[in-house]
This record gives sequence, structure tokens and C-alpha cells, in this order.
Amino acid sequence: MRQLKRIATRFAAGVGVLWGAATLSFAALHVTAGDAALATVAGDGANPTQAVLDRVRADYGLDQPLWQQYLGYLGRLLQGDLGESYQQRVPVATAIGEQLGETVQLALSAALVAVVLAVGTAVLTARRRPWIRSAASGTELVLTSFPTFVLGLVLLIVFSFQAGWFPVSGNDGPAALVLPTFTLALPIAATLSQVLRTELEEVLEQPFILTARSRGMRDAGVRLRHALRHALIQIVTMSGFVIGGLLGGAVITETLFVRRGVGQLMLTATTSKDIPLVLGVVLFAAAVYVVVNLVVDIVYGLIDPRVVTA
Amino acid sequence: MTAPLVRVDDLRVSFGGHGADVVDGVSFTIAPGECLALVGESGSGKSVTARTLVGLTGHGARVRAAALQFDGRDVSRHTERHWRGIRGAQVGFVLQDALSSLDALRPVGREIAEPLALHTTLTKAARREKVLELLRAVGVPEPELRAQQYPHQLSGGLRQRALIASAIACGPRLLIADEPTTALDATVQAQILELLGGLKRGDAGMLVVSHDLSVVARLADRVAVLRDGRIVEHGPTRQVLQDPQHEYTKALLAAVPATHAKGTRLSSAPAAVIRATPREFDRSTPIVAAEGLVKTYAGPDRTHRTVVREVSFAVHPGETLGIVGESGSGKTTTARLILGLERADGGHVSVRGRRWDSLSPADKRAERRRLQIVYQDPLSSFDPRYTVGRVLGEAVAVTGLRAAQRRDRAVELLEQVSLGAEHLKRRPLELSGGQRQRVAIARALAPEPELIVCDEPVSALDVSVQAQILDLLADLQERLGVAYLFISHDLGVIHHVSDRVLVMKDGEVVESGDVRQIFTAPAHPYTRTLLSAVLTPAPLPAG
Amino acid sequence: MTAITVPAVLPERRGHTAARRRSLRPGVVLGLAFIGLLAVAAAAPGLLTAHDPLEISSAGAFVPPGAEHLLGTDQSGRDTLARMVYGARSSLVMGLGATAIAVTLGSAIGLLAGLANRYVEGAVMRLIDVALSIPDLLLALVVITLLGTGTVNALFAVAFASVPYYARMIRAQTHVVRSAAYVEAATALGLRRSAVIRRHILPNAFKPLVVLATIGVGNAIGAGASLSFLGLGTKPPAPEWGNMLSLGIQYISNDPFMVIVPGVAITLTVLSVTVVGRDLRRRTEGRS
Repeated sequence: MRQLKRIATRFAAGVGVLWGAATLSFAALHVTAGDAALATVAGDGANPTQAVLDRVRADYGLDQPLWQQYLGYLGRLLQGDLGESYQQRVPVATAIGEQLGETVQLALSAALVAVVLAVGTAVLTARRRPWIRSAASGTELVLTSFPTFVLGLVLLIVFSFQAGWFPVSGNDGPAALVLPTFTLALPIAATLSQVLRTELEEVLEQPFILTARSRGMRDAGVRLRHALRHALIQIVTMSGFVIGGLLGGAVITETLFVRRGVGQLMLTATTSKDIPLVLGVVLFAAAVYVVVNLVVDIVYGLIDPRVVTA
Repeated sequence: MTAPLVRVDDLRVSFGGHGADVVDGVSFTIAPGECLALVGESGSGKSVTARTLVGLTGHGARVRAAALQFDGRDVSRHTERHWRGIRGAQVGFVLQDALSSLDALRPVGREIAEPLALHTTLTKAARREKVLELLRAVGVPEPELRAQQYPHQLSGGLRQRALIASAIACGPRLLIADEPTTALDATVQAQILELLGGLKRGDAGMLVVSHDLSVVARLADRVAVLRDGRIVEHGPTRQVLQDPQHEYTKALLAAVPATHAKGTRLSSAPAAVIRATPREFDRSTPIVAAEGLVKTYAGPDRTHRTVVREVSFAVHPGETLGIVGESGSGKTTTARLILGLERADGGHVSVRGRRWDSLSPADKRAERRRLQIVYQDPLSSFDPRYTVGRVLGEAVAVTGLRAAQRRDRAVELLEQVSLGAEHLKRRPLELSGGQRQRVAIARALAPEPELIVCDEPVSALDVSVQAQILDLLADLQERLGVAYLFISHDLGVIHHVSDRVLVMKDGEVVESGDVRQIFTAPAHPYTRTLLSAVLTPAPLPAG
Repeated sequence: MTAITVPAVLPERRGHTAARRRSLRPGVVLGLAFIGLLAVAAAAPGLLTAHDPLEISSAGAFVPPGAEHLLGTDQSGRDTLARMVYGARSSLVMGLGATAIAVTLGSAIGLLAGLANRYVEGAVMRLIDVALSIPDLLLALVVITLLGTGTVNALFAVAFASVPYYARMIRAQTHVVRSAAYVEAATALGLRRSAVIRRHILPNAFKPLVVLATIGVGNAIGAGASLSFLGLGTKPPAPEWGNMLSLGIQYISNDPFMVIVPGVAITLTVLSVTVVGRDLRRRTEGRS
């Protein structure tokens, strides 16, 4: 019951965030609407007649009172209608949908690689000899300092141009996915592993760890059965950071490796000032964030009984 | 005499490359069926010694010993593998504060079953049966339910019982209990000691580590008193507690406040030099008066928790009113209401006859100077960026003293708490616990208050330091005429410092009166329970 | 990673002795030296190179490193070293400017939320929640879509994208400090509310900001370069590391040097600033 109530509260908060994002998005559209009507008619440099402009404004509902426009906008959003792209002249939802598969594939594989690398590194290096810790934390520091595009270029130069193991660009097949995946995953893995190791080292100092050792448990058991779960709680709360890293990183990674995807779509929309498309992608990202956080909250309740039965 | 279960000869432990020995030549034996207690203040090396017996001395520890034997076998050259066979199976280990000593993310049943899974071949079902049996053995009601609950869902006493159950799961030959009752309320503490006492049957040995002589008195057959890594006195419990030979043991025993009435000194330190003349206070009205105080906090699910209900009392100039109660009894909230740091939901507080809620902000600030506070944890009550000089300077400046005189006044305040002017430049972090509390007291004295609220001011201190601080507070009261509202969970301390006492339970005052009357003829059943749970190394003096 | 990320709460490590805190680590010395070099390049580029970053060399394009052109020339025959040196200013302006704007705005919003009544606080926090639900690079792209591309707009975009992180940090910190025992002790002494805020709450709430902002400068430099790399920030031929790298990619197979030089420079800059920032944290945390 407590669990249900907690999730209901979080759900409401998530809806609130999306509503706020939609409102800001409406405001942005409204402020730029004048340009929009112009852009829709003929693009830059056009000089349409007042009649034509009025017709476009009517088409967009720009002649209605503000609150009606707002409610209409929210209503359309609820039906999954994100508006129409200025440039592509297709519904924004369709434009995103066409590109979504590639990005999801990239993001999921990167997330998997990042978590596996981070957990593995942290469990193996927490509270080990100083040189092991220094080596690991030094590598992490360098990886977090690489801007995504520089890291991607390094991987490209080494593994594509020099070694020739992976294709330079494109969306074809699993081989083309490897370098983009690691480009996206490594910096996230480095940050997660830093946090996880700090957390693990703190947990390993706790009295209950001493209790577990005093029962005759071996070190690996203590780390995996007792300490790791506590440290993972911290990682679970970083899901927002991971999503930000994946979606933001996708823009750069897809550009660098010339891949189709939502990131590429977002960049094109930005350069061409395609406001409905830009805002559509942003709303989509916010929705992903809200949904993932909700899932994380449920998982959190499963890992940590204290939040449910405090 | 049978062969000893444990034999330790000239044990030395140091940490880091060239660190000094924190355990410096400790020797003792534990016979089967015997309970030995290691007693000492923090830093005496008692816990390190206990941990060495299970090979868990700690990171970077260097352990040397002429002999380190368990059950007749030399364990000084044991590898981690060997130790794992001993830990949990032949030696059970109980730490203090079961909330942090049990894994918060696992049901206690699984924690108790862990040594069984590691050291026995029992099936899962058999282990579950054994866990229930163990829980019953340590006096946990409804074992089926409790086994599935998490540590945070159990009371402090039940948690400690569960921790003990996990330590004795494999029927160890030796049980080590490191401060097993330290974080517990007095009544629960008594129950846990009874449980541990009951486990002393048979030929298993027990090693109890504690800073508390009264705990030791209840459990141990023999006592070893540790100081700075050395055993200064060692002998049968009765002899050590009733006829101590070593000066340190004598001082420790004298420092325990329970046995001494107000006005006696607990420490051997000379009385503080206080060059102030006692002020004449207006004795016609009480300094503060509380009338029907109620405080409620919003809980989860729109419930309300009433933490203080219908509390009334008054504090008069120059006296000490003690408030005693277990954790969650509403003592601290009452103090915050008195100080006007929190608004009462019912009733009111008057300072010198004027109600807090009738005062303008400026009047409130002026009245605040009459009432000051000293906390349990002084460190967190100092701005982390401030030196002692700045802390006191700010307190002095509030009184409107001119800048030129502030330093002199700060030095004078330090003198009153027996600290030198050289402490002005130090940061609180660099001071010892006792010194920090002295600085906190000096700050509280700065506005020349009529009343100081002391919220568990000595609970975090070693008994010898506690004795010095209690003596200091007594000196200050005698010379300055300041009144105290003294809050503590420790009946011994309350008995020592108070003129009058309020006993609180679940937010209510269950009994109040003269200290002598409360301690000799308690009227309320709860007070009687509290008093019967008081542990003393020696019986309370009659009268 | 999106290079703009500022962690909300810094994990603290304990157990440093005073002596270890004061000692200078070699990595930190190198970091400081590199930052010093950047500062010289930004303030007086003429000291480090004799060439003009826009001047086309008579030696031609794709000249390999040599005596005349220490790092060679690019596809248009411009001196790479000169472009790197002049590009340093652009990076530092981006890092310091964006961080200054973000810290100022973020602190103001965070303080408003932390000290105002709970209705104002609730409203501000919901807005911050909304901003935090959008990945920071996407937030930067929205700003650029609305304002247009270019150096200044990219700076604003980077700044705005990190405002919510600073705001959240200051607000959380204000809350922690506001309920600290030393604030209560000051109140009990009879200090005015305004004096308590000025002397105790503000300085302690802002204490972690110095470290965070230092690390934030490194992140902002990386983020600015990312935007230029995407063609949204500083445009060629103006010398800027991100756009140099972006141009270099087209010639990566015949002259990888054009990519490696700016890539190394950006990474070293972010790394140096991060190392110095972390060292600052190591030094301050023992006294907190």
C-alpha cells in the first residue's frame, strides 16, 4: 500500500514535470509564432500578402484567444500530436518515430556497456592497493575529461583508420554500432564507476560489513552480497544523469559517425530553426526522463526496503 | 585448572608504517565458561584487542604477540583462510548499535542464517527452522514475523537480540561482545545484559568490551582495565570494583556520577578560577515558565505525532531542573520550545513573566540573551569557518561590548572554563571533545545568561572528561548563580546535577519533584522501572 | 557525455591529514602549468607565436610540422600553432563567461528557493525539475534554435543549460546550512535574522560553489567546443578548437594531425581544470 502510494505520488510529480515542459514549449512556440507563419508560407525572404498571412494564422489557430490555443496545444499533445515540422512538412511524431529505432539501439547498448564496465571496475578496485585505485581513478579522470567528440575521434583513428576493425560511419550492422556505443558509454561508465567506488569504499567501512566478515564470509562474498547492493542505490539515483548523457551524447555521436537517429534529427532541426521539431524532441526526451525515473523509483523500492516500510 | 580457551601474551598492535603501538603488551587468558571484561575509555585499545582475536584487526595493522592461542592452537600465523574457518563458527562477534551492524537491506532472518550457510551443511529449510529457534532463544517474540522484517522495522532491543542470535548461530566456543549495550536505553540495556548473562552457561567463554564499569559489573567474572594500550589493573570483578588498587581505576570509579550527590566533585581537577562576583537575580518570578506545552509534528500519511503534551514547569534563578527520559520522550523538543526556537502548538512559554508569543522580534532577541544553550555535539554548533576567537567574539559582540574590549572578555570567558588564551587561534576541529564542550559553555556564558539549557552535554564524552565538565558546570553555578535546565537520558548524571527532576515518557511528564524524593521514593511505576534499570558498579548510597 | 554536466552533490572523501592536504601533487602542478600557459596564450598570444591565425602561408596547405610552422599548416595554409594559440582565448572566454553567468543566475534562483517561503520555493523547484528533465545539450540546442548560432549565443546556451544544476546545488546547500546547529546557536545568541544569513548561512552555503564552479569551467569549455564542433558556435575562419577539429575530420585520413592537435588541447584543458578543481576540494573539505 505504502509502495503504491509512493509510486502514485511520483507519477503525479512526473506528470507535473511534463506539463511544465509542455507549457514552456508552448511559450517558446508562441513567442516565435510570427516567424513561424512567415517561414511556413515561403521561407526566408518571402513577402506574402496580409491575406495569406491571415490564412496561415487561422490554420495555426493563432487568431484564437491565448488560453484556447494553450488548451488546444495540450489536447493535441495528449493525443501524441507534437505538431508539424516546418522543414520536413511531416508530423513531428512521425519524424521522430522514423529515427527512433537506431537511437534506442545505440542508447541501450551504450547503457548496458556503461553499467557493466562501471560495476565491474568499482567492485574490483574499491579498497584495493593504492596503485590499483590510482590507475583506475586516473583512467576515469581522463575519460570524463574527453569531450564526447574527441573520444569518438580517438576511437575512430585507432580502430577504424589504423586497425581497420570497424567501419568509419553508417548504420549497417552490429560492427558499425561498436565504436559509437563505446564513444557514448565510456564517459558515462567513468563517472558511474567513480561514484560507485567512493560509495563502495564508504559502505565497506560500515559496521555491518565487519559483522559479515566476523561470520567468516570471504571478501568476494562481502563485496557482492552485502556492499554492492548498498552502493547500487547511489547509482540508481543517477539515472537522470545517465539519460542526459545518452541523449545529449547521441547528438554528437550520431553526427560524428554519420548515423541516422534522433540526435542527428535534433541537430538538423536546430540548424534549420525547425522549432516544432526541436521542441518535439525535447518533449520526447523529457518524457523518457520521467518514465525512466518512475521505473527507477519502483526499482529503488525493491532494492531498499527502508523507503517502503520506514 | 583446565587449559585456557584463549591465551594472549604480550600482544602489540600498531597501524601504519611507524605508528605507535595502540595495543602495547597486553596479556590475558579466558578459561572455558569464564567471562572477561576489557574496560577502558576511547583510544585505550580495547576494541582493537578484541578484533585481533578474530583476525580482523584492520587495514594496515601490524600484530605481534609472544603467544596468541585459541583453544590450545597457535593462531598468530593464521592466514585469511584459516581465520574464516574460525570466525562465525568458533568465535561469535557482537558489535554495538545493531542498526548499523546488521545489513539494512536484508531481512534479519537472512542475516542470522548467514553463518549457518557459511559453516554448516544444513538445507535451506533446516536453516530457517534453526533461525526461528535462535530467535526464540534470544527472547524475540513472534519469530516467524521478525525473521522476515528488516532491521529498521525492529526496536533497538530486538535488533540487538537478532545480532546476538546471528553471533551464536553456530554455537561458538567464544562470544565477543564489543560495547553490546552502548546505544540502548537504560531499560533495554538491562534486558540485553540479562540475555548475555544467560548465555554464559556451559564451557563457552565470553569477552566483553565496554567503557561502562556498570555493564562490566553485571557480566564479568574478571576485569582488565586498559589505558593507552596497557592493562593497568586486572583481577576478579568484585575486587577491582570495590577495592581498586591503581590510581586510574580509582579515578574512573570516582568519576561515575550516580553514586555521588550534588556538591561532591567527580574529577581531581582543581575548581575553575572564576573571577566574577555572583550577580543578584530577581527571585520573585521564575526565569522561564512553561504552561501546558504541546508540540505536534506531521507524520507520514497525514498522521500527527504529538511529541510534547501538556508539559508545565518553571525554572527559578540559581537552580538546576533535570529532565530525564529515554530517547523519543520529548526532552529535546521541550528544550527548543523553552528557547523559542520552535513554536508551541498549545500552551505557552514565559520568560521572566513575558510570553514568547507576545514579544516583538527585537524584544525576542533581547530576551534570548537570558537563555543560552549547550548541545550534545558542540562541534556542529560552531560555524566550521570560525576559530574559537571568532566564535567567542561574535557571542561577546552581541552584548554590545566595544570592539577594543571584546578580546579581553573572550579571554576571560576562556579562563572561566579553564582554557588558556592560546585557544583563541585554534579551530574547534583541532580541539578534543572536552575542550570543545568548554568552548561551547564559554560561548553560552558570554551574554551573562540567567539560564543555560544543557541538552545531553556530556553524553558523547568519556567518563573522566564527563566528570570534569560536570564539575565545571557546578563551579559556574556556584560562582555565577546561573540556573540550568539539564537534559539527559542518564539517571546517574541527573541525580548528580539536579535540585528538582522531571521524568518524561512519550511526551508527557509522568513525575516531578525534589531529586531526593524522586530517587528514593518514586511514585510513578515508570520512574521505578527506570531506577531499577540503573546499573551501578556499586549500590547507590542510601538516602 | 554531455560536457555541461555539473554533479549536484560532490561525494566527499574523509581521512586526509592536514599535511597530506597541503602537499602539492605532481598532477596538480602540471594542471596549473597548463592553465598558466592557456592564460598567457589568451592574454598575449603574440608571445607564443609570430604568425597571424588568419594569414595564409606562402608554404601552402598541409605543411608538416617544421621549423617555420611548428605544428604545420591547415587545409588553407594557415599556421596551426597560431590558430591554437589564438583559439585559447575563445576557449577561456567560453569557460569563464558561461560559468560566471550560470553561477550568478543559478545562485540567485537557488537562494530565492532556499530562503523564501515554501510556495515560492515550490514553484521555483518545479521549474528546476522541468529544466533538469531535459538533457543539458538538448537544452543548449533549444537556446540556439531560439537565439541563432554564433559565439555569443553558444556561450549563453552553455550558460543556461547549467543554470539548473547550480540552482539546485545552492538551494540544497542553503537548506542544509539553514538547519545547522551553528545557525541555531547564533539565533539563540540573539543575532538578527539578517546577520545570521549574512554571517553564517550565505558563506557556508556558497563554500562548495568555488570548487563546483572551477570544475564547471572545464565542463563549459568542453561544451562550447562541442557546439562549435556541431557547427553551432564560433564559425570558421575564426580560430576555435572545436571548429578546427570539425574541419580537420574531412582530412583525417591524409592529415590526422589537424584533428589530434585541437583534440589533445581540449582534453588537456578540461583535464587540467578538473584536476585543479578536485585538488581544491581535497584541500577545503577537511575544514568543512
